[in-house]
Amino acid sequence: MRVLVTVKEDEMVDDEFEIDGLGISEQYVSYELNEWDDYAVEEAVQLSEAAEDDEVEVVTATIGPERSEETIRQALAKGADRAVRVWDDDLADADVLDPTMKAQLLAGAVEEVEPDLVLTGVQGGDDAFGATGVALAETVDYQWAAVVNDLDLDEAAGVASVHRELEGGVEELTDVDLPAVLSIQTGINEPRYASLRGIRQAQSKPLDVYTPDELDIDLADLGSKLTLTSIAEPESESNTTLFEGDAGEQAEQLGDLLEDEGVVEG
Amino acid sequence: MSDVLTVAEHRQGELRPVSHELVTAGRELADANGGELHVAVISGDVDAYAEAVNRTGVDAIHTVEHGEEFNHDVYSQAVEQLYADLDPQYLVMPHTVNGLDYAPAVATSLDLPLATDVIDFSHNGSLSVTRETYGGKVEADIKVTGDRAAVTLRPTEWEQATEAGDAVVEAFDAAIDEEAIGSTVTGFEEVAGGDVDIGEAEFIVSIGRGIEEEENLDMVWDLADALGATLASSRPIVDNGWLPQNRQVGQSGKVVTPDVYVAIGISGAVQHLAGMSSADTIVAVNEDPDAPIFDVADYGIVGDLFEVVPELTAQFE
Ligand SMILES: Cc1cc2nc3c(=O)[nH]c(=O)nc-3n(C[C@H](O)[C@H](O)[C@H](O)COP(=O)(O)OP(=O)(O)OC[C@H]3O[C@@H](n4cnc5c(N)ncnc54)[C@H](O)[C@@H]3O)c2cc1C
Ligand SMILES: Nc1ncnc2c1ncn2[C@@H]1O[C@H](COP(=O)(O)O)[C@@H](O)[C@H]1O
Repeated sequence: MRVLVTVKEDEMVDDEFEIDGLGISEQYVSYELNEWDDYAVEEAVQLSEAAEDDEVEVVTATIGPERSEETIRQALAKGADRAVRVWDDDLADADVLDPTMKAQLLAGAVEEVEPDLVLTGVQGGDDAFGATGVALAETVDYQWAAVVNDLDLDEAAGVASVHRELEGGVEELTDVDLPAVLSIQTGINEPRYASLRGIRQAQSKPLDVYTPDELDIDLADLGSKLTLTSIAEPESESNTTLFEGDAGEQAEQLGDLLEDEGVVEG
Repeated sequence: MSDVLTVAEHRQGELRPVSHELVTAGRELADANGGELHVAVISGDVDAYAEAVNRTGVDAIHTVEHGEEFNHDVYSQAVEQLYADLDPQYLVMPHTVNGLDYAPAVATSLDLPLATDVIDFSHNGSLSVTRETYGGKVEADIKVTGDRAAVTLRPTEWEQATEAGDAVVEAFDAAIDEEAIGSTVTGFEEVAGGDVDIGEAEFIVSIGRGIEEEENLDMVWDLADALGATLASSRPIVDNGWLPQNRQVGQSGKVVTPDVYVAIGISGAVQHLAGMSSADTIVAVNEDPDAPIFDVADYGIVGDLFEVVPELTAQFE
């Protein structure tokens, strides 16, 4: 069996930052393995570890520039077997890669890798579309389930029994036919830290780079349908009364407030 | 082609409030173009849901009887067929967990641009939407290419339509292809109750990822003990297994309504706010003065929790 995990580099912004045109000034930006994808990678690696005789191959797929290979190596260090990266410099011109466009590019990777199961994250930490996984399933004609926080795979029956985490502490129990795309929710497992050995091994694991063209995708047909026109820091709706002073003075004022509110006794 | 089609949401016999928010937003969008607002009601007791969603602003309600609960294949097929029949310009769905499970499929299948988790929109000849990125640090305005689109709306951003309406309710005869249904809902489970019900607590101290390490949690237990408060948390603390699930506040956890809620090292993501913004008094302790939690906090300390928390504990020990 083969499991494809989509892995995105999450653009993280410092608490203090400046906006430059339609982006964040570079010096305030760092890149990390997307939190949700970390759980997806862990889930795939655990499936592979639970299987006998290396029967499960874990492949990652990323749409991203060369920079993203650092993130990809993190996933490899945590136990993925090999990686696929899709990129074309023309993609760098788009300020938003919309989910349907990403789904089409990732579909190229799915056709190349032919997985039985695809795990994505529920959402990217930066764009937070929450849509790429299900759009991908529809594009490649796989079954799917979104916001999965428990997975039990019956490979022989070709069924994934999942829990979908709904609102308000309710979970939906669903059986999904394979092949399927599941979008993985945080908390489903405990993502491991990469070991030193893992990090070393990751350097020599295969990482194949494809242009869309090589995956039979014509970028001219794609084009992001979402165009960024402006970005801004949201106007603060804050009416907060701030307690000033050093930590001791701040804590004292907070203590007084709690007494006034009647929730603690002075 | 100037109409709007929205899709109502229900679960376990109840129409969910977001359905009434979609009516308000859908009406706004339909008015911008002089179109009609259509609402689809799919599966379950469709007549009861149709009556509940029949609020002022709705022009027509289309019911699709098929099965009891949400199934994304049934929803996708029904919405796609309604889309073909009604030829609306915009398709408006909720950015809920079930919305996440069918909206991207519908948009892909209909080849519509998709903008998700929208918090505002404007319409001047073409559609522009506002979304939050980088965990709410930035608001992005986005122009949607083309004259048709699918959007999903963030819950609680629009008012609920409250006034009873008089829309016509029509059964829509969708041809649901059973063969194409690849997933089956087998049941529901509620997260275990556990030792406390934070939903009943009057005074909550809540901790977030700012606490960094599991060992540091002792400090917060000490604070909660000294104050006589109930300890709760944001999601990452529960994801890490540091506190049990019944202590999680938010969209997928519990909704709490204490007299006082002290959020420590919590950024205030929308899914967290969904669980605590109706507390009477909200206090935030956070080193980032721009953290979204300050949008809802009545009182705040901009500072390092590792300095503030021990000072506060010491006062009441
Ligand atoms: C479908 C779905 C459902 C979700 N459901 C929930 C839910 O029910 N509940 C929930 O909480 N989240 C939920 N989330 C997750 C949510 O999006 C956020 O990721 C989460 O709320 C962030 O938790 P946090 O604020 O503790 O962490 P972060 O966002 O990482 O914030 C940590 C904060 O701590 C501050 N900080 C750091 N160090 C210090 C210090 N030394 N002193 C003071 N402040 C400090 C930082 O400035 C920052 O603001 C859900 C997400 C999805 C997609
Ligand atoms: N550029 C990308 N490369 C690889 N996977 C991606 C990319 N963008 C999104 N994904 C996957 O799709 C999930 C949802 O992303 P989004 O729909 O953008 O919120 C992420 O958790 C990833 O697993």
